[in-house]
Amino acid sequence: MNIVVLVKQVPDTATRIQDRVTGGGLDLDGVTWVVNPYDEYAVEEALRIKERQGGTVTLIGLGPERADMALKDMLALGADEAIHLKDAAFEGLGSRGRAQVLAAAIRKLPQMPDMVWAGWKGVDEDQGLVPIYLANELGWPHLSFVVELTLEDGKVRVRREVEGGKEILETPLPAVLTAQKGLNEVRYASLKGIMAVKRKVIPVWDAADLALDPSTLSGGGVTVERIERPADRPPGRILSGAPAEAAAELVRLLRSEAKVI
Amino acid sequence: MQTVWVIAETRDGALKKVSLELISAARSLGSGTVVAVVLGHGLSEPAAALAAGGADRVLVMDDARLATYAPDGWAAALADLAAARRPDVILGAATSRGRDLLPRVAARLGVGLASDAIEVGVDDGHLTALRPIYAGKALAHVAISGRPAMATLRPNSYPVAAGGGGGQLEAVSLGDYHSTVTAGGIETARGARPDVAEADVIVSGGRGMGGPEHFAMLEELADELHAAVGASRAVVDAGWRPHGDQVGQTGKTVSPSLYVACGISGAVQHLAGMKTSKVIVAINKDPEAPIFSVADYGIVGDVFEVVPALIAAVRALSQG
Repeated sequence: MNIVVLVKQVPDTATRIQDRVTGGGLDLDGVTWVVNPYDEYAVEEALRIKERQGGTVTLIGLGPERADMALKDMLALGADEAIHLKDAAFEGLGSRGRAQVLAAAIRKLPQMPDMVWAGWKGVDEDQGLVPIYLANELGWPHLSFVVELTLEDGKVRVRREVEGGKEILETPLPAVLTAQKGLNEVRYASLKGIMAVKRKVIPVWDAADLALDPSTLSGGGVTVERIERPADRPPGRILSGAPAEAAAELVRLLRSEAKVI
Repeated sequence: MQTVWVIAETRDGALKKVSLELISAARSLGSGTVVAVVLGHGLSEPAAALAAGGADRVLVMDDARLATYAPDGWAAALADLAAARRPDVILGAATSRGRDLLPRVAARLGVGLASDAIEVGVDDGHLTALRPIYAGKALAHVAISGRPAMATLRPNSYPVAAGGGGGQLEAVSLGDYHSTVTAGGIETARGARPDVAEADVIVSGGRGMGGPEHFAMLEELADELHAAVGASRAVVDAGWRPHGDQVGQTGKTVSPSLYVACGISGAVQHLAGMKTSKVIVAINKDPEAPIFSVADYGIVGDVFEVVPALIAAVRALSQG
């Protein structure tokens, strides 16, 4: 089973992004970059499948120089190879353009993978589009929000998270799968893994390596015009008194003032 | 915007409420015609609800082959229909199904899709959308190009359409159908309690609840309020509650009418996921807890005393 995992780098979730909204855009200078948490579940699942069935796990990261670090962090968990897609023409690409670049990279691999895994969304722009666009580019089926997986006879059967339950879906491979929290618990890198990665030089593929003409990369049809800071909530009210009094007052306010119960 | 399509959703044969919210959103675009589109099998009830719920026209693709959901097959059916009829805009729900299906439709049609929006509009003849990014720590105004221009909207972003009735039903036939993905149906998790992503009221617990056994108290309160039970990341990571209940940047981003945070300190991660709730109540023993900075009403106190008092007060109200 040969598996590709897409790895994206995002600002640490503790970052106060609201304080970085400036001039209609975001100033991300100096933020701490981490591996997208949902991608970590994807890497973990790929490693578990490899441990059961054999095969390879190849990471692909699309991003600027710093993305190298995210790939190394995930290599340290036990992935076999990583490829860094980096080109000035790739910066600021929309979801469809990113999917086109990723599809070109996957086609350039010595062997087409059986599965491509990714987190269901990046916790930065929160779009959740690239993996599904990529599946369409490759002409493969996709299964999203996967929280449980079984493999049998070249088929994959998953439970995906839906509102108040789990939906069961099955598909033959190859396929694109996206990880939801709950799929697994991500392992820690071993010291051996961390040491091994230190010496590793991750190959970089640019547009020319992928035989891509940057002018053919799609904008994807969504343009960010302006980013704004959400309005602060008006100050609230602290209800004092003994628990029974405060609770009674709260219920009264929720009914007659806020009108929500 | 002359024609706006709304992709309706059903579950267990019934129309999901978000479908009627989408009709409101479509109306707000000042469109000439709002067309609801519903796929599945055994659709007479949801189709009638859409016609009564404010859609001018309802396209009903009712076919035994669509009895269960399959992303690639459904996306092909919907994309073919859209390519033939050429609506200006397609709106869907940012639910587990809409987030799965609509991007595939957009990819097939080669058009733009703004996902997970909380508001849509029109600017100079183009569809625009307001999207929370970084789980709502910032808001992005985006413009969507292509025809149809597409967006998915979060549940609870728009009120349910006022209705009006009299929408026309039109049966649409499904042509050749092929789906690589096959479905095995949905296993429903818990009784009648709503899911946090869709609930109108959420009672949520954090580390201050002290242990998984004390969530029984929150479930009791939730039952009184017909609410979902949510949880902070700390609680989910500790294994007290299932991950599906997590509210926050790596969980669900919610905007219910009422969010009751019990024993939640209010990490940046968590606040990002619930700050757009219409009314927020915080109960925490630490008066300095960041959760109070976003709360409309706060009670500084021990959850083990305040929550039972609250349950009693809500009961008194419903009996009075």
